Amino acid sequence: MRIRKERLLAITLISPSVLAIAIFVYGFILWTARASVSAWKGLLPDYTFVGFSNFIDLFRSPRFQIDLRNTGIFTVLFLAACLSIGLLLAVLLDQRPRGEGLFRNIYLFPMAISFIVTGVVWRWLLNPATSIERLSGLNLLFHQVGLDFLISKWYTHPTLGIVAIVIPATWQMSGFTMALYLAGLRSIPDELREAARVDGASEWQIYHHIILPMLKPVTLSAVIILGHISLKIFDLVIAITQEGGKGYSADVPALNMWYTAFRALRFGQGAAIAIIILLTVAVLVVPYLIYTFRTEAEQ
Amino acid sequence: MSRKLYPLLASLLVVATLLVACQPATPTAAPTEAPTAAPAGPSGKLEIFSWWTAGGEAEGLEALLKVFQEQYPNVEVINATVAGGAGVDARAVLATRMQGGDPPGSFQVHAGHELIDTYVVAGQMEPVTFLYKEGGWLDVYPQDLIDILSYNGEIWSVPVNIHRANVLWYNKAIFEDNNLEPPATMDDFFQVAETLKAAGITPLALGETWTEVHLFETVLLGTLGPEGYAGLWTGETDWNSPEVTEALNNFDRMLNYVNEDYAALSWDQATQLVIDGTAAMNVMGDWAEGYFKAQGWTPGVEFGWAPSPGSAGAFDALSDSFGLPKGAPNRDAVIAWLKVCGSREGQDAFNPIKGSIPARTDADRSLYDDYLQSAMDDFARDTIVPSLMHGAAAAPSWQQAVIDAVSLFIANRDVDAFQEALASACVDAGVCK
Repeated sequence: MRIRKERLLAITLISPSVLAIAIFVYGFILWTARASVSAWKGLLPDYTFVGFSNFIDLFRSPRFQIDLRNTGIFTVLFLAACLSIGLLLAVLLDQRPRGEGLFRNIYLFPMAISFIVTGVVWRWLLNPATSIERLSGLNLLFHQVGLDFLISKWYTHPTLGIVAIVIPATWQMSGFTMALYLAGLRSIPDELREAARVDGASEWQIYHHIILPMLKPVTLSAVIILGHISLKIFDLVIAITQEGGKGYSADVPALNMWYTAFRALRFGQGAAIAIIILLTVAVLVVPYLIYTFRTEAEQ
Repeated sequence: MSRKLYPLLASLLVVATLLVACQPATPTAAPTEAPTAAPAGPSGKLEIFSWWTAGGEAEGLEALLKVFQEQYPNVEVINATVAGGAGVDARAVLATRMQGGDPPGSFQVHAGHELIDTYVVAGQMEPVTFLYKEGGWLDVYPQDLIDILSYNGEIWSVPVNIHRANVLWYNKAIFEDNNLEPPATMDDFFQVAETLKAAGITPLALGETWTEVHLFETVLLGTLGPEGYAGLWTGETDWNSPEVTEALNNFDRMLNYVNEDYAALSWDQATQLVIDGTAAMNVMGDWAEGYFKAQGWTPGVEFGWAPSPGSAGAFDALSDSFGLPKGAPNRDAVIAWLKVCGSREGQDAFNPIKGSIPARTDADRSLYDDYLQSAMDDFARDTIVPSLMHGAAAAPSWQQAVIDAVSLFIANRDVDAFQEALASACVDAGVCK
């Protein structure tokens, strides 16, 4: 009897959030999926079924091809930069230097800022004027310290514009990656290192053979968290570039979705972009979820 | 005992939460209440929705609201504004409200296709032709403008102002130093630009994507002429014609004379280049005049203006207008508001402050400065054509397709692909075959 009552209580208590998630997350996903195969253009919903024509149009559109390429470049560079900088900082802090707490906070602080704020600041820092009399931001700094070869068109560079967006994104998220790695490092028992040292292993060997393999779960979590941020990034890009840079040099699918749905009022096509973003994130997240469920079940 | 109560309490909590969630977030104002307090004229609340938040335009709206309040003191006006460049954010908010059946009393919208293709075809507006007939407005608004406002034989909104898109602004000191005249034709422009470039001055200041589309539209107008340009949006001019190719080549050539960091500048930062003297010319709508004046420049002294190259005799117009949504709360007050918007008094209060010209042709000229007076003369005389970038010429989806095409073109500079994209955008819009 007791057990049944407690179960009833538990179900009653979680039911509101289950209901809310069912409607506001999964319900709207289904609704978006329905809209993505509809002819909805203009203000009034039009659910005429048009098959996958919205998706076909998208993959033919030069702008969306640029978006996909940009997302790919952005995700790879952003992940690589965040993971390597985060790991490096974590290893350094793990040596327990004086003032460790202070450094830890300094590295973590950028994460407390919204991407919009970061974007506004970096829009100014990444000012793309390259003629000497109109330099400002980073370009001016480079000029003043004599590093003129570093002066760049930043996010308005026709092919590499998206790379400029990686810089502020990494600035913001590498501290967070450091925190993840630091927690991982601290959870590795000291006995393992001691034992390795007793056996005559060098510090490099300890990292290579013991610590890095034990950090794999942390790396996986970091990849998931950073990956889903980078695949659906919107706020940072719109704050820096407004309309996606020069010739969509820094455009991403989420930005395209916003303009397609709310400026052009092509809701069907906007929904198609949303579904593609969802699918790319799912490709990343679902295997991770399966993996977690399996490990939990094994335990 | 208490253990038995837990599930009960918990379920009560759930029910209470749901009930609270189901309530409307804001109590809807009862619009037709309390007529006793007002013997004459409408009363109650009236919500006016706009994106006029910047300097000049916000004050202009205040002046217009003041005229309204003097005539209808019993109406409580709710001034609802949503900030954001050229109203994109406001339009997203408005579209959501209209879809949800919660229209504001009246809302600012670019006259022409932005209103018609968004709200009129969706059956969400009431025609306002009766106001034009009652007020005798058909005689004081130019016919070209009435055509832009009309759809299916009805007029759908009341314009409060007119802006001109095809204006070339120039720095007079630079032109005098180099013995130059403002360019009248495309060929003149390229000659002037060469001279300026040789003198080390950026000939033309340009800004971010929408200003590029704005420039592109004036090049189309300057190359094709008013009839040819207007025909692009009705299917009468062929997008694949050699004339359009010529226009695209002109645009391509023009891009050789602009500041290199244009993709990163807002329109006013681009205009600032002309004030700073780093650039000599800027093609921008006549809201730029307000910016020049705000920086302490006097029209005709420090800066001059001319129709954009090749577009003399054409007036590329955009207009902010207000309409009557179906099911608007407090319809009487909305109609009163629209009457004020269309009145000479209302327009003469709003426009000198906003820096635009009245849509009526019978306004009091003495209230307006030199530039605006010259624009009023042109408005009465020239052929009026609808602006693309500012919502008058084409449906929003077509407009976005052109924006995409221009944006891709400025990166790859491929004229053939550009023309193909523009032609297929016209087909997608259902206007061309």
